[in-house]
Amino acid sequence: MSEAVSHDSHHDDHGPAKGITRWLFTTNHKDIGTLYLIFSLIMFFTGGAMALIIRAELFQPGLQFVDPHFFNQLTTMHALLMVFGAVMPAFVGLANWLLPMMIGAPDMALPRMNNWSFWILPFAFTMLISTLFMQGGGPAGGWTLYPPLVLQTGDAFPFMVFAIHLMGISSIMGSINVIVTILNMRAPGMTLLKMPLFVWTWLITAYLLLAVMPVLAGAVTMLLTDKYFGTGFFLGAAGGDPVLFQHIFWFFGHPEVYIMILPAFGIVSQIIPTFARKPLFGYEAMVYATATIAFLSFIVWAHHMFTSGMPIAGQMFFMFATMLIAIPTAVKVFNWTATMWRGEMTFETPMLFAVAFVILFTIGGFSGLMLAIVPADYQYHDTYFVVAHFHYVLVPGAVFSIMAATYYWLPKWTGKMYNETLGKTHFWLSTIGVNVLFFPQHFLGLAGMPRRIPDYAIQFADFNMVSSIGAFIFGFSQLFFVWVIVDCVRNGKQATSQVWEGAEGLEWTLPSPAPYHSFETAPEIK
Amino acid sequence: MFKGLWKPICATVAVLGLLALNPALAAWQLDMPVGVTTLSEMIRDLHREILIICTITAVVLFGVMGYALFAFRKSRGAKAATFSHNTTAEIIWTIIPIFVLIYMAVPSARGILEIEDAGNPDMTIKVTGYQWKWGYEYLDNGVSFFANLDELSAEAARLDSGIDVMDIKHYLRDVDNRMVVPVGKKVRILLTANDVIHSWWVPKLYIKKDAIPGFINEMWFTATETGVFRGQCTELCGRGHGYMPIVVEVVSEEDYAVWVIENGGESPTVSTTEISTDSSVAAL
Amino acid sequence: MSELQKPKAKPLALRLLAIAVVMFGFGFLLVPLYDIFCAITGLRAPIEQVAETDIANSDIAAREVTIEMVANRNNSAPWEFRPSESIKLVDTGSIYEITYFARNLIDEDLTATAAPDIRPVEAAKYFKKIECFCFVAQEFGPEESKDMLVRFMVSKDLPKHIDRITLSYTLYATPKVAGNN
Repeated sequence: MSEAVSHDSHHDDHGPAKGITRWLFTTNHKDIGTLYLIFSLIMFFTGGAMALIIRAELFQPGLQFVDPHFFNQLTTMHALLMVFGAVMPAFVGLANWLLPMMIGAPDMALPRMNNWSFWILPFAFTMLISTLFMQGGGPAGGWTLYPPLVLQTGDAFPFMVFAIHLMGISSIMGSINVIVTILNMRAPGMTLLKMPLFVWTWLITAYLLLAVMPVLAGAVTMLLTDKYFGTGFFLGAAGGDPVLFQHIFWFFGHPEVYIMILPAFGIVSQIIPTFARKPLFGYEAMVYATATIAFLSFIVWAHHMFTSGMPIAGQMFFMFATMLIAIPTAVKVFNWTATMWRGEMTFETPMLFAVAFVILFTIGGFSGLMLAIVPADYQYHDTYFVVAHFHYVLVPGAVFSIMAATYYWLPKWTGKMYNETLGKTHFWLSTIGVNVLFFPQHFLGLAGMPRRIPDYAIQFADFNMVSSIGAFIFGFSQLFFVWVIVDCVRNGKQATSQVWEGAEGLEWTLPSPAPYHSFETAPEIK
Repeated sequence: MFKGLWKPICATVAVLGLLALNPALAAWQLDMPVGVTTLSEMIRDLHREILIICTITAVVLFGVMGYALFAFRKSRGAKAATFSHNTTAEIIWTIIPIFVLIYMAVPSARGILEIEDAGNPDMTIKVTGYQWKWGYEYLDNGVSFFANLDELSAEAARLDSGIDVMDIKHYLRDVDNRMVVPVGKKVRILLTANDVIHSWWVPKLYIKKDAIPGFINEMWFTATETGVFRGQCTELCGRGHGYMPIVVEVVSEEDYAVWVIENGGESPTVSTTEISTDSSVAAL
Repeated sequence: MSELQKPKAKPLALRLLAIAVVMFGFGFLLVPLYDIFCAITGLRAPIEQVAETDIANSDIAAREVTIEMVANRNNSAPWEFRPSESIKLVDTGSIYEITYFARNLIDEDLTATAAPDIRPVEAAKYFKKIECFCFVAQEFGPEESKDMLVRFMVSKDLPKHIDRITLSYTLYATPKVAGNN
C-alpha cells in the first residue's frame, strides 16, 4: 500500500470528527461521497426548478411568465447545472463511496485532494448561479457557449468562465484520484479483469475526463482572451473562425456525453445480475465495448455540427464514425438482455430503475442513430427532436441509473432499508412522467419546432402542453425520492450486510452500514 | 407489481384523450411534413427508413426483453441458469448491426452528395442573418429587403400582451416581406450573418444551414409546387431567436417576373450568366 | 505478487496531472491544427505567389468558370461595401483582377479589416489569391472611398463538376469603432 494512504488512515482511524468540521475537513471517502451526492441532489432540484419554469412558459403559446432573455438564461443555466452540477458530481459521489469498497481498499488513494476537489464545487456553482443577478443577466448563449453570441454576455462572462475552470479542476482532481485508487489500491488477487464493471467504467470515464476537461478549459480561456485581451481565436476580423470553437467545444463535448453515461452502464451492469440472480453476461465483451465507445467518442465530435458547412468528406467521415458507435452500444444492450434471460428475477426498486434504464436509454440510442444520418440530420438538427434525444439518454439514462444506484446501495450506506412501496411509487411516477415529458418532443422536432425558443407557433401547442404536464409529474415525483431517503435514514429497518439475496461483490461482505474505513486489512480475492 | 402500472396509465390516456378532443388543439402532427422540393422525398425516405429499422429492432429487442421480464421471474418459480457467455450469439449480434448500418450508410452518403451539389443554379439569393431579422438580396436582379416578424405577432408576443395568440393564424410564423421564388427553378442560397450565428430552416423545403458571420455557406432547393412555406431561425442567436421567422412564397415564373419588377428589380430573367450588375450592395 | 506490479500513487498521480496539462495545451494546439486542416482543404488558403511559368506549363486545357463576388458588412458598421462587378467569367490558369469598393459613410476616421471566404469548400484550394486586401487594416478618412484589389487565378486542376466559385469578403470595423456604435 502507498505511503500517502497509510499515512492518512493512521490519522483518521478514530472515526468521524464532530460537527461541521467533520464535513469541512473530511478526507474520508464515504463522507466526501455523501457530500457529493447531497450537492448533486441540491443541483438536481435547482436545475429542475429552472426546467419547470421553462416548461411552464412553454405550456401554451404566448409569453406568460418570463422575458425571452431570462428564458435563454434559464435554458443555459439549466444545462450547466444539470451536466456539471447534478450528473457528474453524482457519479463522482458514487465513485467515492463505492470504489474503495468494491476493490477492497480502506479509502481513496489521495484523500486530501479528494476533499479539495469536492469543496471547490460549491464555490464554483455559487459563482455561476450568482451571475443571474449581475448586470446583463447570466450567460444566455446556451451551454454550448458558441461565439460570437456568448461574447455578448454582460458582466457575467468572466465569472462563468472561472466557474467552468473551477469545475474542470475539480473533475480533473477527482479523476486522478479515481485512476490512482483503481490502479494502486486493489486488494491482492483482484486483477483488472476481476474488477466489478462499475470500477471498469469509472476507470475509463476518468481517463476521458482527464483528456477532455482541460480542452474545455482551454476553449473557455480562448473565449475569455477573445473578449478581453484582443486575441482573435474565434473572431473573423482577426482571421479567426467561430466554427473553430465548435470543433474544440465538441472535441470536449462528445466524450463528455460518454462521461455521463459510461458510469451508468457500470451501475446497471452491477444491478441487473443481482436481481436476475445470474452472472453478468459477457463481462469481457462489456469491458471491451466500454473501451471502444470511449475511443470512438474522440472521433465523432463534428456530428454536432453537420449544418455548419463542412466539406463533404468531413460529413461522410463523421457520419460513418458515429454509426459505428451503435455497435458496441448494441452489444451492451444485448448483454443486459441476455443477463436477464433465464434468470430468476425479482423487481425491487433498483431493478425497476435499471430495467427502465435499458429500455429508455435504448430509445435515446435509436434517435441518436437517426441523428447520425446526415441528410435527415439537416432536418433534425437544433430541433426538439434533438432535445428529446439527449434528454432520453440523460434523464431516463444517466439520472435513472443514479437513482437505481441510490436505492441499490442506500441500505449499505445507511445500514437501513428504504420503504419499498415509496420507492416503487417514485419509480412509476418518474417513468410515466419522463415519457410523457420527452416522448412528444420527438414529434415537435419532426414537425419543425426549433429548440431554445421561449414561444412557438400555434401548431406546436398540443404536444407542448402534454410535455409540460409530463414535466410537472416528473418534477414533483422527485420529492418522493427525498422522502424515501429521509424516511430510510429515520425509520428504516436494520439492513443485513448482504442486503440483496443475489448481490455479489466485496461491498456486500462489509457490515451495513459500512464502517468508516472500508477495508482495514485487504480482503482475499479468490 | 405491474398492477400498480394500470392506474397511472389510464390517467395519462384520459388526460391525452381530453386534450385530443379539445377543438382548439388541432394539429397532433407526428412526423416530418411532406416536402415540396426535388430532394425532399429522398430525405424523408431516409428518415422513414431509419425510423422503421429502429422500430423493428425495438419491437424485437423489447419483445425478447418483455418475454424475459415476464417468464423468468422468481415469483413464477424460475430458477436461475448460470451461463455467462455464448460466443455464437455474441458474434451474431455484433455482425447483424454492422450489416444494417452499411445498408443505411450507402444511401445516406449518396444523399449527402445530392444535397451538396449546388452547381448550375438558376438564381442566387444571399440571405443574411441579423439580430433579429433576415436580410434578402437577389444577386441576379438587385431586389433586396429585410424580413421582420409581422406586427400582429410582434404585438401579441409581448409579455402580458393580453392578446390570445391562438387567434393569430400564423403566430410567430409570418413576416412583413416574403422571400419569393419561382417554381421549378434551382434556387441557390448563400448564407451569412451580420453579428452572431443564425440558421435558416424551412421544414418543407428540407434544407437547413448555419449563417455564420464572416463566412458564407451555400445550399439550394428546387421547389416542385407553388405555395407559402414557413420556417424560422434554428440556431440560438439571443433574445429574439424565437422571433425571426422565414416565409418563402413559391410562385409561377410569370408571377415571379411581375414580383421582381414591382420590387424594383432589374430585367426579370432567372439566368445569372447573362446578368452583370453591381447590385450586390452590402449596405442594404 | 500482483502487488509488486502496482504503480506507486504519487508518481502515477503526477503522470496523470501531466496528461491534464498536456491536454490543456492540446486545446490550444487545435487552433494551428485547424489552420493546417483549413489550408489543406483550402478553406483558409494563404495568399500564394504563383509564378507565371507554373501557369504556362500546365497540360490541362483551360476552361471557363463563373466567379461570383459577394460583400458583407459585420455588425452593420457604417460602410458601403460591394464588389465592382458581381459576376465575372474567367478562364482557368489565367490571372485576373477584381476590385471591391468600400466607402466610409460617416464623418470620422475608420479602420476596417476584411476576411475572405470561398464556396464551394472543395474549390477553395484551387482559387489562388496572388494579391489580396484581406486581413490588412485599411484606413479610411471621413467619407473616403477606395477600390481594393484582388489578383487571383483559378487553377486548371479545378475539379470538373465545379463551374462556379463564390468569393465572399466580410468587412469588419476595428473593435474601437464597433464599440462606439
